[in-house]
Amino acid sequence: MRAATFVFIALVVGAIVFALSLLARNEYVLFAGFVVLQYIVLATAWNILGGYCGYVNFGTAAFFAMGAYSTVALHKLGANPGRYLAGTFAEALIPLFPLSIPVLVVIGGLVSGLVGFGMGYLTLRLRGVFFAIATLALAVVLQTLIINWDFVGGSRGAYVIRPDSIALGPVSLSYIEYLYLVMLSLAVLALCVARQIERSRLGFGFATIRDDELAAEASGVPTLRLKLIATALSGALMGMAGAPLPYYIGYVEPAAAFGLPYAVNSIAMPMIGGTTSWVGPLIGAILLGTLQQIATVTISSVVNLLIVGVLLVAFVIIAPKGIVGLLQDRWRARLQP
Amino acid sequence: MTQPLLEIKGLSKRFGGFVALDGIDLEVAPGERLGLIGPNGSGKSTLVNCICGTLQNEAGSVRFEGRTIDGLPANRRTHLGLARSFQLPRPFVSLTLIDNLRIPLIYTVAPRAGMLARTTRQMDERCMELLAMVGLDSRARRWPRDLTQVEMRKLELARAMAAEPKLLIADESMAGLSHSEVEDIIALLLRLNGQGITIILIEHIMRAVMSFSQRIAVLVSGRKIADGKRDAVVNNPEVVSAYLGQ
Ligand SMILES: Nc1ncnc2c1ncn2[C@@H]1O[C@H](COP(=O)(O)OP(=O)(O)O)[C@@H](O)[C@H]1O
Ligand SMILES: [Mg+2]
Repeated sequence: MRAATFVFIALVVGAIVFALSLLARNEYVLFAGFVVLQYIVLATAWNILGGYCGYVNFGTAAFFAMGAYSTVALHKLGANPGRYLAGTFAEALIPLFPLSIPVLVVIGGLVSGLVGFGMGYLTLRLRGVFFAIATLALAVVLQTLIINWDFVGGSRGAYVIRPDSIALGPVSLSYIEYLYLVMLSLAVLALCVARQIERSRLGFGFATIRDDELAAEASGVPTLRLKLIATALSGALMGMAGAPLPYYIGYVEPAAAFGLPYAVNSIAMPMIGGTTSWVGPLIGAILLGTLQQIATVTISSVVNLLIVGVLLVAFVIIAPKGIVGLLQDRWRARLQP
Repeated sequence: MTQPLLEIKGLSKRFGGFVALDGIDLEVAPGERLGLIGPNGSGKSTLVNCICGTLQNEAGSVRFEGRTIDGLPANRRTHLGLARSFQLPRPFVSLTLIDNLRIPLIYTVAPRAGMLARTTRQMDERCMELLAMVGLDSRARRWPRDLTQVEMRKLELARAMAAEPKLLIADESMAGLSHSEVEDIIALLLRLNGQGITIILIEHIMRAVMSFSQRIAVLVSGRKIADGKRDAVVNNPEVVSAYLGQ
């Protein structure tokens, strides 16, 4: 399938999902759906570095939170741009505030992409478990910085007041409908990016990094440059997923934005779905994300990570290549007796 | 005298306190066929690793086509025209054989010729041609895990050839091959050499070394103890006692 065809189909599916979600006429569907979509973006982003290149990132929450906190910072600035910007070189920017969500998403992506690039640069020579530990350390450092940054609320957190509705041309959407649409678009974007990488020369390069970096170098693959592309791209998508968060929850605190569930889920979802193709994180995120939303309502959100943990262990033992790997093996066995 | 293609001066490499290579000097002329021999553990593979940038040497320098390549990462050296096979095969396990060969085409050959010079179909054809050269064309869509150790060595060689190098280093590619397979690979290497590719052959099978090489260099315990015309070297009493007569 050509890339353009895939993008077209993804957009159509996205539009159908949006239409059906609106037809449900139930705000809860949108609130829960937003979270599942957020996990599709995070799992897909994690998989670009973790699945394609084989570099396990424990710091998803940090990249996600940097996106969220870019929004908080710009929201604060936007609430009173004259006070902060008047008389400075940035004075000309005042009329641009308040920034729209798509702009905030792009900025969140840039910030986290830069953090990803920096992380890649600092950890280029680390492999395996050492790299994973470094990403964890990065998350701790960034969280500490945010906790001590009063402008965005420090450890107390910050309130972000969202409008009731928004007019997109002739249509008027409630704000949750709007946020849902934004996250749905991001999910479509992330999946298209991942799928495009897979089919491209870049994807082949990533696979050689995962398989054997020395052999990759000997074949002419510039492994350092490719790793930087992967860390930046993966980080950027995570930051984009985080940017709308303050408007979604209305109140952001470091403990929530840097929460363990983001890191754990973004690893577990691709592992359970399958890490070698874009389908894996999608399946994993829909499955685990929905399961957790159901558990939150029927039991309690406390059991969410328990469910993820149990399923992860089960899959690592029973189907280490995830659901996609399981299906592929079946299919291959049928083709080649 | 023409400029050497590869020029190594005073190259040393240590692992901790262990000196694996000790002041190696070696020149290889364009178009030459050099046999590099020596007992196990004498430093042959380490020398290849230092030439190709897989390892960085502490002392000495390596020049390729007159240009110092010390400190260049391995991928840049491959782009310049150095390619090697690994003694212990290192295939890309998640890629099929044809895709294994596609990697050097994508990342070394295509950029050299301008990125769009080769279409996917041309690449497929070239990969199949290379696989056929080493007798693996019937397994093109299989994975490396389906291969025997010997077949993996052939894949290693094909992947190195795929980079279209000026200097090809084959590190014990023939161990375990049958008599006729050895003949086939030798014929293949001679054909490549006939096309102007310089070749360093590291091999334990003396029959192969003797029939292939014009010149032979001998490493023992990280030092080069002999270097010269094939027959002179193998009749050198020091070489005989240190290596051939072991
Ligand atoms: N990465 C390494 N770390 C430590 N020692 C090594 C390493 N690679 C090779 N050696 C040692 O260096 C010596 C030379 O090895 P090698 O170059 O593989 O020899 P050869 O290829 O001639 O058999 C051996 O004694 C080997 O044990
Ligand atoms: Mg060796």
